[in-house]
Amino acid sequence: MTATTVQRVVVPERSFAADLRAVRIVVQRDLIRTLQDRTRFVAALVQPLLFLFVLGAGLGSLTDATTGDVDLQTFMFPGILATSTMFTAFFSAVSIVWDREFGFLREMLVAPVRRSAIVLGKALSGATIATVQSVLVLALAPVVDVPLSPGLVLVLLAEVFLLSFTLTTLALAVVARITQVQTVMGLMQVIVLPLSFLSGALYPLSNLPTWLEVAVKLNPLTYAVHPVRSAVFDRIDAPAEVEARLDPPLTWGDWVVPTWLQLGLVAALGLVFLAIAVRQFQKVE
Amino acid sequence: MSAITVRGLRKSYGPVEAVRGVDFDVAPGETFGFLGPNGAGKSTTIKILCTLARATGGTAEVAGFDVATQRDEVRRRIGLVFQDPTLDTYLTAEQNLRFHAELYGMPRDLVRPRMQQVLEMVGLWERRESKVLTFSGGMKRRLEIARGLMHSPRVLLLDEPTVGLDPQTRASIWEYIHHLREQEEITIFLTTHYMDEAEHCQRIAIMDEGKLVALDTPGALKAAVGKDRVTIRTTDDARARQLLPDAVTTSEGLVLSVADGASFVPELFATLEVPITGVSISRPTLDDVFLAYTGRTIRDSEQAGAVPAFIAAAMGGRR
Repeated sequence: MTATTVQRVVVPERSFAADLRAVRIVVQRDLIRTLQDRTRFVAALVQPLLFLFVLGAGLGSLTDATTGDVDLQTFMFPGILATSTMFTAFFSAVSIVWDREFGFLREMLVAPVRRSAIVLGKALSGATIATVQSVLVLALAPVVDVPLSPGLVLVLLAEVFLLSFTLTTLALAVVARITQVQTVMGLMQVIVLPLSFLSGALYPLSNLPTWLEVAVKLNPLTYAVHPVRSAVFDRIDAPAEVEARLDPPLTWGDWVVPTWLQLGLVAALGLVFLAIAVRQFQKVE
Repeated sequence: MSAITVRGLRKSYGPVEAVRGVDFDVAPGETFGFLGPNGAGKSTTIKILCTLARATGGTAEVAGFDVATQRDEVRRRIGLVFQDPTLDTYLTAEQNLRFHAELYGMPRDLVRPRMQQVLEMVGLWERRESKVLTFSGGMKRRLEIARGLMHSPRVLLLDEPTVGLDPQTRASIWEYIHHLREQEEITIFLTTHYMDEAEHCQRIAIMDEGKLVALDTPGALKAAVGKDRVTIRTTDDARARQLLPDAVTTSEGLVLSVADGASFVPELFATLEVPITGVSISRPTLDDVFLAYTGRTIRDSEQAGAVPAFIAAAMGGRR
């Protein structure tokens, strides 16, 4: 053992800068761990590939008449981009339950930082990981005739980030009090599957039965998925009547909900979920 | 000023009272041990001291700050090593410490030298780039101690620091703790249910069923018991018990506390009507102290299931 002078550390007072450092290290840790786990990335690609190339190709012959010039796979692409993001985002939030089950959460909870910094870090890491994942899905776009331009890529990534942020915060609020990973896996089937099925990600919003239309419009994720699809349809040449059928405007009654309001709704909801999650983690025994 | 001041501390989980009115002070630089069987309320007390649980009654101050109202001030000044592991085993030792340093807002230029210092202290500097999952149980615990020290805490709280380790590793952990006491000016508060480990502390509080039953130096506690302990096995313990009203029945046999064991035993052989099949004499230990204050040995009170498993889980469970 070397006889060095003792390095004394004085932990500084809590400050905004210190909280930002905490947010950053929480995100950094999750990214390090995710990058180590490359199989997870590959596994997460399986679902979108199946949807796009197996389901899309299989059903394509049935729907040729109704999708007109637009290939079914092209139509499905934005929805699949959104759905796969949802699963990845939810999975990332589940890591906080792992942290609790394996003790690491305690290390974070006894630190002299705001709980909100830790929860925000988790939400941002979930959103970042899901967005990085979506880049892999985006790479498939040219294969299904979606014309990628730098502008479209930026818009899609921003929208996907927003969607995954809101979904991660929802997941954090839901799993905050759960102590076992096993429980969460079941919950995921109950929450993410219905939310993704009811978001209109996999079918157009035109001519839906009334009950389904109501359910879809009550689902907040619809307002994240619709802008993604519109961004793609804005850039492909589809006859007006085909576009009207495949990507009809999202309306409340007769009023067309503008895209900014849709995205604003999603963002606002993300902040609400974040606040709920923070409150949950602030509770003391 | 005391490093830890606790007055009338209480904690209930629903109808279960885990801590029932506890008072003690720990002086700066002292190594203070909480000794007691599982479920005695030791871990609950530590949880309150480290701000993870809120007391239902009484007050506690750590490093001069109230654990209920000045939580951040307390957290900046304490280091923690929990009973259950809290490392990220998929990260390297260095990454775990770096995470800690960032979370505690340590000055950046101090992170590297301080990391080297604490890792050298526990003999893990050479392994800093290995993932924690390749570490043995003892190495992990040492890493947790190093991490708890990263931010130079005034008070180090160790909850059962050697539980689940083999005797050799336990001994080496104690070496590190002693070394630490010399190198850093630090107050150490620890819990243990190993009698022999309590001997390492300058003062010990014995906790049983949520209350402190004794508090003094190990030497003073043993002197207070002051007697030799004679344990006998007989062919008919029940009969022998009747003949020896002072004897206490334990899982090891009948235990008698006598002033001079060496002269008492021959006499016992000569006078006891029940045949004796085994005998042992021991100088007082902390186990005898525990026995004297509670009427049970630590092992017996743990085996008797004094605390049902679900309550133990509620009190000691991870949150």
